[in-house]
Amino acid sequence: MKKMQKALALGSVAAMALMGTAATLSADEDADLIINGDMEMIVRTEAPDHLDGHLNMIYSGWTFRSDETQAMQMDDFDNPAMLFVEQGIEIFNTAMGTEGNSCATCHETPENLSEVRAVYPQWDEERGEVQTITMQINECVTERMGAEALGWSSRDMVNLEALLASVGRGTVVNVAIDGPARETWEMGREIYYTEYGILEMSCATCHEQNYGNYIRADHLSQGQINGFPTYRLKNARLNSTHSRFRGCIRDTRAETFAEGSPEFIALELYVASRGNGLTVEGPSVRN
Amino acid sequence: MADNVTPRVRVPREASAGDVVSIRTLISHPMESGQRRDGDGNVIPRSIINRFTCDFNGENVIDVTIEPAVSTNPYFQFSAVVNETGTFNFTWYDDDGSVYEDTADITVA
Amino acid sequence: MEMNRRQFVGTGVGAAAAITLLPSVATAQDVDAAINAFTGGADTSSDGITLIAPEIAENGNTVPIEVDAPGAEAIILLAAGNPSPDVATFNFGPAAGAQAASTRIRLAGEQDVIAIARMPDGTFLRAQQEVKVTIGGCGG
Repeated sequence: MKKMQKALALGSVAAMALMGTAATLSADEDADLIINGDMEMIVRTEAPDHLDGHLNMIYSGWTFRSDETQAMQMDDFDNPAMLFVEQGIEIFNTAMGTEGNSCATCHETPENLSEVRAVYPQWDEERGEVQTITMQINECVTERMGAEALGWSSRDMVNLEALLASVGRGTVVNVAIDGPARETWEMGREIYYTEYGILEMSCATCHEQNYGNYIRADHLSQGQINGFPTYRLKNARLNSTHSRFRGCIRDTRAETFAEGSPEFIALELYVASRGNGLTVEGPSVRN
Repeated sequence: MADNVTPRVRVPREASAGDVVSIRTLISHPMESGQRRDGDGNVIPRSIINRFTCDFNGENVIDVTIEPAVSTNPYFQFSAVVNETGTFNFTWYDDDGSVYEDTADITVA
Repeated sequence: MEMNRRQFVGTGVGAAAAITLLPSVATAQDVDAAINAFTGGADTSSDGITLIAPEIAENGNTVPIEVDAPGAEAIILLAAGNPSPDVATFNFGPAAGAQAASTRIRLAGEQDVIAIARMPDGTFLRAQQEVKVTIGGCGG
């Protein structure tokens, strides 16, 4: 994977100051991810056409992690995120709200939803907007169950998302970007390439131009979200996609968009589409 | 009791007499170290699991004294020798006096 | 605007630190005291004990550690550079299949991890390894 060790090519002086510290941590970038000895993931593949050659190959964030961190995702018992999948199963089977329904009332088992994670966010014809999986869950919670919407990154919501990811593991991410979703996708692309904050960094500064390099001592990934929600060693809990987006933009020393904002919904669609061809591998383990 | 504590254990279902079997345990717990301050500068009080034990048919396998330096969601892997069919008992002791328990059966041929 | 790396690190720490660590680190005396509490001041030898830790931990909050000392009654695990050096003590019972255990621990920066085993004959074995801890670039 020599392409990943690229020369530093940065647009901003501020970003230049951040990057290029000596690489001390070596990850096995050529490793293959097989979970529980039998569930084979696609962690590297050709970039989708709509990236117009900005990337030749796309890589799961798993390939950028250290051996120890990689190992934690290779077995469901060693993956602490699976604790929260179990809590997600409990929520799935528990009726909430005025209608007396649980997720199981309609969907019976989580496995019946195994195709869902790979195709979200997607256009919702009825509502006339792009829906993320979080929004779809809340549509069920409020309309079919008659309960209060769950907070965007609340524990119950992220646990349910981890459950839906876990049953979708191995399905190939295939987010639609054409038709009515196109406008939102283009807005997401615009945000992806916009420089934010005092440091004047865009998503692309780190995750397109410098993946494989180091930011301080942190090995930069392509910022793929096929592994979300993700259990971070840093905070020892599940992290949602939008909380990661917030963290990234905050780290550029900018005011961030809110979780669930139109900007982050568009960005989620766009970033998800950059991973078309990788497999769903959440809940993943990252540093 | 800490919120939403879920224990998980993994033990083989079957073994031969005299086998050494690998055991893994995980429990969801914040393991608040007592070393951190909140946003207002106040020390967040320590709240950890301070002891973990595993017994097989009443005989001790391992007894761990745990300090705040053990990570959130404590994980332990160790092994036991099994000579007969029986039950593993797992017990986690919380600073606040709560006790969390789990069991796993193994058939020994 | 121009900003050098040191300035950036400083602002990063300030802005990201909604929750901060207390800045104390165990002294050499603290570490010696923790060791003596376990050994009673006895000498240690280095054969017959294995400590497996990553050379570089990707995050200090969750560092996988494995200790193994065949025949030991107990193994104590210490982190010499933490606010308090004690990490865990593994006491092995009669049904133990091996005197070995793995866990995940917190390391407050680069430091030595120490394992000491107490043997049934009253002798002690010691293993030690330095673990570097990565300081991440992206706070959250």
